[in-house]
Amino acid sequence: MSSNGKLLKLTLKIWRQKSRSEKGFIETHEMEGISTEISFLEMLDTLNDQLERSGKAPVVFDHDCREGICGMCSLYINGQPHGPAKATTTCQLHMREFSDGETIFIEPWRSAAFPVVRDLRVDRSSFDRIIQSGGYTSIKTGSAPDAHAIPVPKENADLAMDAATCIGCGACVAACKNASASLFTSAKVSQLALLPQGQVERTERALNMVAQMDEEGFGHCTNESECEAACPKEISVENIARMNREYLRASAISRK
Amino acid sequence: MKLNGNVPEGDLKTLWEQHKFNMKLVNPANRRKFKAIVVGSGLAGSSAAASLAEMGYNVDCFCIQDSPRRAHSIAAQGGINSSKSYPNDGDSVHRLFYDTVKGGDYRAREANVHRLAEVSGNIINQCVAQGVPFAREYSGYLANRSFGGAQVSRTFYAKGQTGQQLLLGAYSALSRQIKSGQVTMHTRTEMLDLVMVDGKAKGIITRNLHSGSIDRHAADVVLLCTGGYGNVFFLSTNAMGSNVTAAWRAHKRGAYFANPCYTQIHPTCIPVHGENQSKLTLMSESLRNDGRVWVPRKKEDVEAIRKGTKTAKDIADADRYYYLEERYPAFGNLVPRDVASRGAKLECDNGLGVNETGEAVFLDFSAAIERDGYEAIKARYGNLFDMYQCITADSPYDVPMKIYPAIHYTMGGLWVDYNLMSNLEGLFVLGEANFSDHGANRLGASALMQGLSDGYFVAPYTVSNYLGSNKQEKVSTDMPEFEAAEKAVKETNQKLLDINGKQSVDDIHKRLGKMMWEYCGMARNKAGLEKLVKDTSELRKEFWSDVSVVGENADLNITLEKAGRVADFLELGELMGRDALAREESCGGHFREESQTEDNEAKRDDENFQHVAAWEFKGADNEPERHIEELEFKHCIPSQRSYK
Repeated sequence: MSSNGKLLKLTLKIWRQKSRSEKGFIETHEMEGISTEISFLEMLDTLNDQLERSGKAPVVFDHDCREGICGMCSLYINGQPHGPAKATTTCQLHMREFSDGETIFIEPWRSAAFPVVRDLRVDRSSFDRIIQSGGYTSIKTGSAPDAHAIPVPKENADLAMDAATCIGCGACVAACKNASASLFTSAKVSQLALLPQGQVERTERALNMVAQMDEEGFGHCTNESECEAACPKEISVENIARMNREYLRASAISRK
Repeated sequence: MKLNGNVPEGDLKTLWEQHKFNMKLVNPANRRKFKAIVVGSGLAGSSAAASLAEMGYNVDCFCIQDSPRRAHSIAAQGGINSSKSYPNDGDSVHRLFYDTVKGGDYRAREANVHRLAEVSGNIINQCVAQGVPFAREYSGYLANRSFGGAQVSRTFYAKGQTGQQLLLGAYSALSRQIKSGQVTMHTRTEMLDLVMVDGKAKGIITRNLHSGSIDRHAADVVLLCTGGYGNVFFLSTNAMGSNVTAAWRAHKRGAYFANPCYTQIHPTCIPVHGENQSKLTLMSESLRNDGRVWVPRKKEDVEAIRKGTKTAKDIADADRYYYLEERYPAFGNLVPRDVASRGAKLECDNGLGVNETGEAVFLDFSAAIERDGYEAIKARYGNLFDMYQCITADSPYDVPMKIYPAIHYTMGGLWVDYNLMSNLEGLFVLGEANFSDHGANRLGASALMQGLSDGYFVAPYTVSNYLGSNKQEKVSTDMPEFEAAEKAVKETNQKLLDINGKQSVDDIHKRLGKMMWEYCGMARNKAGLEKLVKDTSELRKEFWSDVSVVGENADLNITLEKAGRVADFLELGELMGRDALAREESCGGHFREESQTEDNEAKRDDENFQHVAAWEFKGADNEPERHIEELEFKHCIPSQRSYK
């Protein structure tokens, strides 16, 4: 532990829920000696270690890379998706953001389209189905032209990259009062709409991905921009505007 | 036994073309009669599953995460190499091939590496067509950079998130096939055994990580794309869930494990902060382009820094030991990963480490900021500096970073022949999970290239060849082989739950990790490795008598998941010790203290060790058998690496 680290005493209020169909409840745990140097998930590891040692079921939460890129971690922390730090995933959040004696509420994402699996883990397969409905170019392996055959203006390439940095964590949905997946869906629609490679299927893609988003039970966008504020990758709501234009355009010219 | 890599005869330059022509095909109308199982959904798995499905095969793809998009390929930062030579700076297929063989310290199979260099151009084409937003110049054409000390600019990149963008590209191709029904995706599903029928891989046994249900899956061919085993060290840059279980269970069914002691240690990671630490974070290699590595020359300065009475800024330039620049004037801070890592270890072993644990060195940007200005450095490394500050609360603009080496990649893996098939018929192994292309040391930006090469451009041909040239007896999951394998998996899980010991799974995993780091880390010697083999074997017995696993099998149980993986890591750790012990030479990432040059560089013994060591499992309590595949170098003549 670093010499400038302090030790915290904390009260955790954690959502426990055995399964989708069972009723959940808040469970309280007192934690002592939590170093400000460790990460939030390492604090939860410590709790789980204590629970397991006393023969109790550990708290189930999603995590994997712990580098802020895989999008596996989630958590509502004190009412904010991914906690209080801006542009930071839960796995990159450190305990120095909290103060001694603080009570921390930890809950799962809340959305009808993200049903709880257990405790803090939710099912985000709806996101996969949105991508499956059109978030690709239909290029088969082996049939691609030379990479330099199609130049792309740098500005478009950069905007496409900004949209493509979405990690699919679902914080945008969790932050939205309508539980809309517009930021997530628009990030993929935008990325491909901005690139020449995405032009052929542009119309179908916009229509199909928006339809799938609706079918999954996500709400509509009412321009609150909470999603952008919560997004750990700072994906811009301009992508939603672009998706809306894409959708309008597609609705007007679609042959279906 | 001498193993045969099944490399076809012929001129290296046309070998793959000729082999593609010679290989058997499967008629398009017949492909729908075959099913392939692909385990893992990283770069190798997603690309293979999508490509095979596009050809018309039925594919069942499995991953342990909640979505195939989350595999750990996503965390690769730097870039992907390709021999396209867009910058017109002298690169070629042959140069990429040569650099990769040399970088691997002449312990890789030439023919495999040449094929990798050949298909590297098509990978970039494929990814661009998918809409992967690689960095571009103002001209609209693709940008390249030099990476890891390469003398040509052959690395394509997408900010510091190249792995993410390539994986999302492969995931999009996979998603399209899932939608079409050609791929059945099984998320949150872990492979726990391989099923062999009449000497051929014909299926797997899995555990559903939500329900705990143990299920049987039959197919005509099985592809393992399950990544590396760096988490045997407990602390590594791998994701928390990365594990060796699928590969290890296949090993226990007869697949040989090759060169397990070849592990790569990355020099620039954030140092360990304490016992609660769960993983290590990599800081991109590119930082060494502008950062200067140093430790104080004087012990009293080291003490003062550790106590906090002095900071790096208080140390005069003359009192700073820029040890890489002094020792390697030509390459300076850009020496290869293994050399830079051992340099840090050496200074820290000498008592010059600059944090409380004594295991950190400075990576200092003050000279670069003075030279190029704050804005230029921010443009180059802004996201990395932010990440560092987020984790440590220190700003690298103001104070030097503290870094220390950490386990990052494993070159060893299941043995495969030129067709990427293991010694078990019908079991193919792709990506980091196999051993084939990086020898004893992997070059930067080559992991992404290999994963996609195997999945997009090699396995689709060689798997077809296997299916087309052998009569495939149809198997069903009702067969006794499946029943027996399922029973064994259930019994192993129940055994873990019944131990009811006192130690947690992590307790034992952490102890294993410390042993591995101490005796099989950056520097290894005979006495240490002998101790490691003994200690890991004892720790394994302790695990099976004193571990505590709560919960049930037929339920979501994160402790049981971990326990099964650690049980396999314990056996692997012992094998790594044996492999490192048997290889009485230094090469690449494997540094035996007994075998070094006067300048403390790795000294190979080509006469006795110019071979692959592939281990055969003989039971956990029996000594495994070491098989050999001789390596021939006809195009890259082995030489002593020197970075002076």
